[in-house]
This record gives sequence, C-alpha cells and structure tokens, in this order.
Amino acid sequence: MLESTFNAIHIFSAIMKKNALVLLLLFLFVAGMNIPPISDSLADAPTQSSTVEPAPQATPFDVMTQVLTHQRCLNCHPAGDRPRQGDESRVHSFNIQRGEDGHGMLNAQCSSCHQSENNNFSGVPGAPHWHLAPKSMAWEGLNRIEIVQVMLDKGKNGGRSLEEIEKHLTEDPLVLWAFDPGVNNEGLPREKPPVSKEEFIKAVKQWVAEGAVIPAK
Amino acid sequence: MKIQFKINGQAQTVDVDGKTPLLWVIRDLLGLKGTKFGCGKAACGACTIHVDGNAIRSCSYAVKFAEGKEITTIEGLSDGDNLHPVQQAWKEEIVPQCGYCQPGFMMATAAMIEKIPNPTDEDIDNNIINICRCGTYTRMRKAIHRAAEIKNNNA
Repeated sequence: MLESTFNAIHIFSAIMKKNALVLLLLFLFVAGMNIPPISDSLADAPTQSSTVEPAPQATPFDVMTQVLTHQRCLNCHPAGDRPRQGDESRVHSFNIQRGEDGHGMLNAQCSSCHQSENNNFSGVPGAPHWHLAPKSMAWEGLNRIEIVQVMLDKGKNGGRSLEEIEKHLTEDPLVLWAFDPGVNNEGLPREKPPVSKEEFIKAVKQWVAEGAVIPAK
Repeated sequence: MKIQFKINGQAQTVDVDGKTPLLWVIRDLLGLKGTKFGCGKAACGACTIHVDGNAIRSCSYAVKFAEGKEITTIEGLSDGDNLHPVQQAWKEEIVPQCGYCQPGFMMATAAMIEKIPNPTDEDIDNNIINICRCGTYTRMRKAIHRAAEIKNNNA
C-alpha cells in the first residue's frame, strides 16, 4: 500500500514537472511575439458596422506611366543631344549624338551598331527604326503627369492625334521593344518595365477609351 | 540559310545561320582577314566595314541583314593598285603604331569623307567614334584632313 502510494505521488510529481516546463515554454513564446496591447488591437479591429477602405487599385494611367517613366523608354527621350543607355541611364558612350533627325550623326548613325532586332551575341539592343525621340518629346526630368502632357501636346508630339498616340504606344515595335530588351554587353538581361506588355497595352487602351484623362497629381 | 550579297564587287552566296555575325563570315568563311575583331560588342570599331556605303560594326551585324547589300572591306577600298585617298593619307602621315585598329578607322574615315567632304575637327570628333589603344588620334586627325584634301583634289 505504502509502495503504491509512493508510486502514485512520484508519477503525479513527474507530470506536474513536465506541465510546468510546457507552461514556461508557452509563456516565453508568447512574450517573444511582440503582440500589441489588447486595447490597441481592439481599437484597430474592424467592426461589422464600419467599412474598411480597400487598398487603392492602380488606374490605367498608373499602369501606363509605370512604363513611360521606366529607363527603357526614358533613355531615348533625353532632354539633351546625347542618348542615355543602360539600366542606370548613363550618357551613351562613344560621343553618340542625336544628329539632325534623331538617327545620329551622318557617319555615326544609330544603325551603325543597332539593327532591327536585339543582337544577343554583342549585347547591342535593336528594334525597327531605332532612333531618338525628337527633342520636343524630351521626357528626361519630367514627372509622369508632365510626360503625358507632352505626349498629348500636338505642338510637341509631331502633330499626332490621340488615336495615333494609342497606336504608337500599343503597336510600334520600337516602343514594345521595352518588354523584350535582350541582354546587355555582359550577357545579363536588361531590366524590363514593372508591368507586362499585355498589361501595358490594356491600360493604354482603357485610358484612351475613358477619355485620356490626366490626373491632377 | 542562304544569303547573297556583293563583297568588294564580287557576288557571294553563303549558307550559314542567319544570326552569324558578318565579321565571322568575312574573316572565317571568305578569308578576308583585314577586318579585325576587337571587342565583339560594337564598341571599339576595329570591325568597321561599309554596307551600302555606310560604316557598320560587323561584329554586331547579323549576316542575314546583308542580303542583297553591297559590302566593302579594307581589301576592297583601293581601286586596284590605286590607293584610296585615305590609304594615301595614312601612309603620308605614318599613322599606324601597332596597326590593329587602323582598318576600322580607315573604313570609318572613307565613309565619312563621302558624306562630309571637308570635315572640321568637330565633324571628326562627332563622326569617327572608334578606339585606338596606341593613341594615334593626333596623327589620324591630320590624316583625315589630308584624305579629304586628296579626294577633293582628285575630284
């Protein structure tokens, strides 16, 4: 009897020790979770009667200008007479200049090096009619709203209508090259705009269809 | 694929991958070694040739784009034994040092003086964009002016 009582006490004691260890571990875990005070949590918690503002969705203008402000576009819309190049938009090497028509100097034409498609052996990018945008269409240094204002200004965009701008943005292989920019001279892929070609084309068409509105900011 | 073009006045047909750089075709298939491989990135200009009279970096020019075109290399610059004005000027001014880049410079210059018969120093700076590791630029500048002079006198 005494022996069985002793055994029972021993077993009970062992269980309690184990539970205490579990409780201690649980306490330490919860303490380390950095849970905010309960009062704050309750204050922030949504209630059934209130509505939570959804995260603002990117508008077609947002999507379109994410591409227009990317260096794949900006590099060939410089404010000066020198193109930019590379993901860091450095001034084009070799004293390359705009020339009279945006196709380079007479004997240093863009087509001396750039052909109608990417050359992934040399790392020289290429697309049909590779050239600089005219100086009136300089985007360098402008914000996204100013860029689109310039883009729609017939006095600066070569007299293009909105329909022609839409076609230029969604069909011109030189513009769409941005989504297939090939590799650089180290054989590494060039950075692409943050949205896909399909998303960009869809956004441009929707923005035009909705009246080509330029937001205030 | 089969590609046909004229090179130094001779009709040629080559059967290669269309993406092969024209420089490879010129040197390795056609055996014209005067055009040099420098950087392979269209940066240095050692591989400059003429395609339809325009200076082109042949290391970065897929041969398929040469279909139906007229190509001139340094071997085709002279008129038989009559040196081209650029070649005459290069001799007179003793331009080359190691010489490796010179065919490219000479081809670029020959194309330029067709388009700009009396180039200024600024024209030269803006239109001759090749690279010479020996630094023969000063002698080349003299030779370019001299080449234009010879060409104009011959006209």
